[in-house]
Amino acid sequence: MILLHLLYTLRSLNDDEEFTDILEERRRNTDLGYALRTFNPQPYKGAPSCSTSDLNKAVLESQYLRYIAKEIALETGSSVEKVRQEARGILEEMSHNLQLGFIRLMAYTFNKVFKRLFRSIYVNMEGLNMLQQAIQESPVILMPNHRSYVDFLIVSFVLFTYDIPIPVIAAGIPLASMKVVGEILRRSGAFFIRRAIGSDKLYWAVLSEYVRTIVRTGCAPLEFYVEGFRSRTLKSVVPKLGMMDMVLEPYFKGEVFDITLVPISISYDRVVEESLLALELLGVPKPKESTTGLFKASRVLQEDYGCMHVNFGRPLSVRQLCEGKINRSEYNLIPRDLPQRPSTEIQDCVNWLAHLIVRTQEEGALISPWSLMACLLLQAPITTLTEEGLQWHGLTEKTLWLRKLVLDFRGRLNWPDSDVMSSTVALHHSIVHHKAGRVYLVQDGNPASQDPLSPEEKVMRTAAAVLMLVSYRNQALHVFVRPGILATAIHITKSTQKDELFSFFCFLRDVFSSEFIFIPGRASQDFDEACSLLQKCGAVYISQQEVTVLETGLEVLSFLQKLLQPFLESYQLIFRYLCENGAHVFTEKQFLPAVRNLATKLILSGDLHTFEVLSSDTQKNVLSALRRLEAVTKLRASQQNEYKVNKAAVRRTGDILCKIICDIPVKIKLLFCVRLENFDLFLPCCL
Amino acid sequence: TFKSNPKKQEIMKWNGWGYSDSKFLYNKKGQAEFTGKRYRLSGMIIPGLREWMESTFSANLQHKTPAAPILNSSAVQPPTLNEAFLKELKSTGIPFSHDAEDRVFRSHGHCLHEIFALREGKIGRVPDLVVWPNCHNDVVKIVELACKHNVCLIPYGGGTSVSSALECPPEETRSIVSLDTSQMNRILWIDEKNLTAHVEAGIVGQDLERLLNESGYCTGHEPDSMEFSSLGGWVATRASGMKKNIYGNIEDLVVHIKMVTPRGVIEKSCQGPRMSTGPDVHHFIMGSEGTLGVVTEVTMKIRPMPEYQKYGSVVFPNFEMGVACLREVARQRCAPASIRLMDNEQFKFGHALKPQVSSIFTSFLDGLKKFYITKFKGFDPNRLCVATLLFEGDREKVLQHEKQVYDIAAKFGGLAAGEDNGQRGYMLTFVIAYLRDLGMDYYVIGESFETSMPWDRVLDICRNVKARIVRECKDKGVQFPPLSTCRVTQTYDAGACVYFYFAFNYRGLSDPVHVYEQVEHAAREEILANGGSLSHHHGVGKLRKEWMRESISSVGMGMLKSVKDYVDPNNIFGNRNLL
Repeated sequence: MILLHLLYTLRSLNDDEEFTDILEERRRNTDLGYALRTFNPQPYKGAPSCSTSDLNKAVLESQYLRYIAKEIALETGSSVEKVRQEARGILEEMSHNLQLGFIRLMAYTFNKVFKRLFRSIYVNMEGLNMLQQAIQESPVILMPNHRSYVDFLIVSFVLFTYDIPIPVIAAGIPLASMKVVGEILRRSGAFFIRRAIGSDKLYWAVLSEYVRTIVRTGCAPLEFYVEGFRSRTLKSVVPKLGMMDMVLEPYFKGEVFDITLVPISISYDRVVEESLLALELLGVPKPKESTTGLFKASRVLQEDYGCMHVNFGRPLSVRQLCEGKINRSEYNLIPRDLPQRPSTEIQDCVNWLAHLIVRTQEEGALISPWSLMACLLLQAPITTLTEEGLQWHGLTEKTLWLRKLVLDFRGRLNWPDSDVMSSTVALHHSIVHHKAGRVYLVQDGNPASQDPLSPEEKVMRTAAAVLMLVSYRNQALHVFVRPGILATAIHITKSTQKDELFSFFCFLRDVFSSEFIFIPGRASQDFDEACSLLQKCGAVYISQQEVTVLETGLEVLSFLQKLLQPFLESYQLIFRYLCENGAHVFTEKQFLPAVRNLATKLILSGDLHTFEVLSSDTQKNVLSALRRLEAVTKLRASQQNEYKVNKAAVRRTGDILCKIICDIPVKIKLLFCVRLENFDLFLPCCL
Repeated sequence: TFKSNPKKQEIMKWNGWGYSDSKFLYNKKGQAEFTGKRYRLSGMIIPGLREWMESTFSANLQHKTPAAPILNSSAVQPPTLNEAFLKELKSTGIPFSHDAEDRVFRSHGHCLHEIFALREGKIGRVPDLVVWPNCHNDVVKIVELACKHNVCLIPYGGGTSVSSALECPPEETRSIVSLDTSQMNRILWIDEKNLTAHVEAGIVGQDLERLLNESGYCTGHEPDSMEFSSLGGWVATRASGMKKNIYGNIEDLVVHIKMVTPRGVIEKSCQGPRMSTGPDVHHFIMGSEGTLGVVTEVTMKIRPMPEYQKYGSVVFPNFEMGVACLREVARQRCAPASIRLMDNEQFKFGHALKPQVSSIFTSFLDGLKKFYITKFKGFDPNRLCVATLLFEGDREKVLQHEKQVYDIAAKFGGLAAGEDNGQRGYMLTFVIAYLRDLGMDYYVIGESFETSMPWDRVLDICRNVKARIVRECKDKGVQFPPLSTCRVTQTYDAGACVYFYFAFNYRGLSDPVHVYEQVEHAAREEILANGGSLSHHHGVGKLRKEWMRESISSVGMGMLKSVKDYVDPNNIFGNRNLL
């Protein structure tokens, strides 16, 4: 309830909120003058000013690190001094070196670049004001989503502009290895974390103590991506909990009174690396981050990327959110300097909070007309897009229809006043082009090669274009997911019984919980939300026991069901692959290309209609969903990420999903297939 | 009917703290003044107090909330008397009374809600009868009669409880008899060879010290309430004294206890200084809060009076440094008789309580000191804090000790700030309780509460609890920022004791006491969540009962319950404290 309330207040707050274009003033004044402006932020009241070297010293000399160093020395037989030396090395590699001078340099450069790339950068001032307030009261964690390299320093840029303390930012280590740029980032406040830390105990210790010390002392706001990395699909990623654990621990241990989490939603009209992302998803390796690469990428400067929105969400008090959920006294009996594994209660709370943040980011994001168009384009047969072209008139009309639906679903739209449709399509000329009343999908030519493309290559070429569309569709997905799942449940079960729909809704929610963000433990709220949204837009009538589809609602339901259809198809295909083609034990390296091959074949034979299964993201999501459902297990002993598949279990899940055994009522099938502990909600109403 | 020790009840307030003649008031000029002759501050003008009250609480002379001046006896429920018990009691000749005033006087401690209700003339359930046993044997007789006639007994010592321990359980249907121990106030013997004294448990702290001093001895046990609290009360609540660093807390001071229970009298057979005879039964008695019986006689350690006493004080640039210094002092085990650290708000409060200085020279000197500390040494007046010190012992050792402590303090940026500041700090301990009554005249309510915690959590608990109080006040609709302050009052090898003071201006609130209680409740939750204890020495009473199980575990509760069930199966000692 509190959560709903929070989300609603957030929403109502945003509705009449004004965004300010921060580039506008920059365009009027000199960049240099801006970069050299006096910067005099109001810091956190409890924080003594603390230099980088103070911070590093505090970390190295912490009781915690001493303890771990001793432990490691004992385990490995090396000397404590050696271990501590190693820790020093890790810290050196990791630590930020925030300097105002470099922030100025960064601001100067960004000004130049951003003014080129974007028409406007909109920031909600009210959110900034709340942030300014919050920063003085408790340690603040800035939690933006991550959709593009461009947004890496955008928050710092905005905060510098508005005299708010500059954050230190958790970044992936590849950035650090870029010549010069790595160092500039470090001095702009980035600190660097290795990718696969695995079981490196010392590394974990240094990192966690470093993060905790930043939070504990409140010496600077801490910024990190709770999704863990840049989303290649522009869809929210299931949050990672490692950083979240570290960040929240000082509150759990009472070392700070409260911690403020500020979800930040960054949305783009057009993402700079759109085509790179699609290729990467299709298995073309991503170029290594390098400084020369960065310069090569400078041709992107010639392009128009429309607007960028940075929405600072309402600051959330960890204390308030955790109230009644956890009992912090579990930390009372062990010295707080020593490592202590948190109880499941605390772990669940962290997980819940992380999901809540991502959901709030979604709520705060702005949906562009282009995202809606992408939803619609993807529902057209592929040949229409590539060959015949889609009727422009129909598309614009349907987009307007969809706009109304989004508003009904309380989505936030970024809808420019004039000439929306054609300017949108013009902006995305790299994906579609509009000619003689029809819209076509743009497919990259292949000028380098004289040979005609093989059918497989053609599929990949189309897939690249489709996946770009997919990623823009994904930006709008969060608005539709819950009602969409209900629509799918209605479609598959053909039932009108609320409890039956609810069980199937839960099943789908469970299967897709690596795909979409669902806050754990909120299945019934999600269901209620879906019901009320569908009722609100006139698609269904909800009574005590039943959900009745209304004549007027068929269009909405069919749109929603088709929206999720690619996911269903992709999951079914991969389930089928695992049951029929695959071995019992496989590695991820074998799995991805094999699925891709199978899918390509099926697309060519006309048996598969979605290209999304070609995306490695989808493939990995299916794996993780199956792991959660315990139909696939990761072999612990294995070095190469080997998985073991329980074919029967996969088949059962797949059967429910596609309702293969049509004559057996869903109720009974579910009873057979469903793992009891997962679907205990479901069972009572079936029996 | 018999009047209790007239010297006491007659000279004390019935609806506030302490002696009737001593109180803070605003004189005709609008200046704060402390009346009476009993304290160093008595009869003095305190020029800074009004401004401090006004700026801290936004309290103001125009908005008064005076107390009901006299007790309205008709508001007191007529006593439920157990006639058979009364009849047999009369035959023993032990004095008793069911006069309304006597009963009301013994119906409460000094929790905010208790005093607030009295000031409004609201009287709840009060004892039906008061008895004044004169000695151990009288108590034996009373307890026997109570058992025989199923009468509820509530022992009453000094009445300074701040845990609702003296409150009569409203659900109690039996006749409630308040057993006032004040007549059992003699020192029965002093053993100069073993340095012990055998004392009746009704004796009040200041009398005990005064009488022992006459023979050249002291117990050194000086809780802040020592003017009024009794030896039996100390034992029943596990009291702690300001000078425990030298003399120890009550559990260290007690050698032998005699207690009358419904099962009979419990006492040990000898006075060995330490025994290995199973769990120490004294520890069932200490902290039993009147639920098992009446402590009648106690043998206590005594010490020769100290040759020399010296106060002192140290200013630290901030509270963190101060705590670090106290921790170091504890580590080196060189704590003076008392060492206390006030936070910045309390330092300012202490400053506001400075009496009018008699000469221009003193005020000039004060100004100079302030200049030195804030300007020359660069201390931020809004962050600095003060430790007060009390050294005791023979002169040479005191001076040596003093140097050692000041040397440690210097390592933490501490500057010696003079004897005077120190002495005033300790004097304030006794008058601060009077100040609440002044606040209550002007819409300000407040109270203190305490806890203990390991060293590494001191700063966190101080910060978090103070912040929690401020936030809760805001959430509960308190219109003005509250006073939320703390001090570290005791140091131990493994931790410290911290006192919180919390007060606010309740103008605009319909049920201020309820708001107060909610905030205090939240503050206690915060303490427990951060690893602080339920109580260091105030005890549990009924106020903190709800947290007992989580504090001592279900098994622990079972142990205590089974003792209660054995010792007092019919719940004769039915104050319902603790369990």
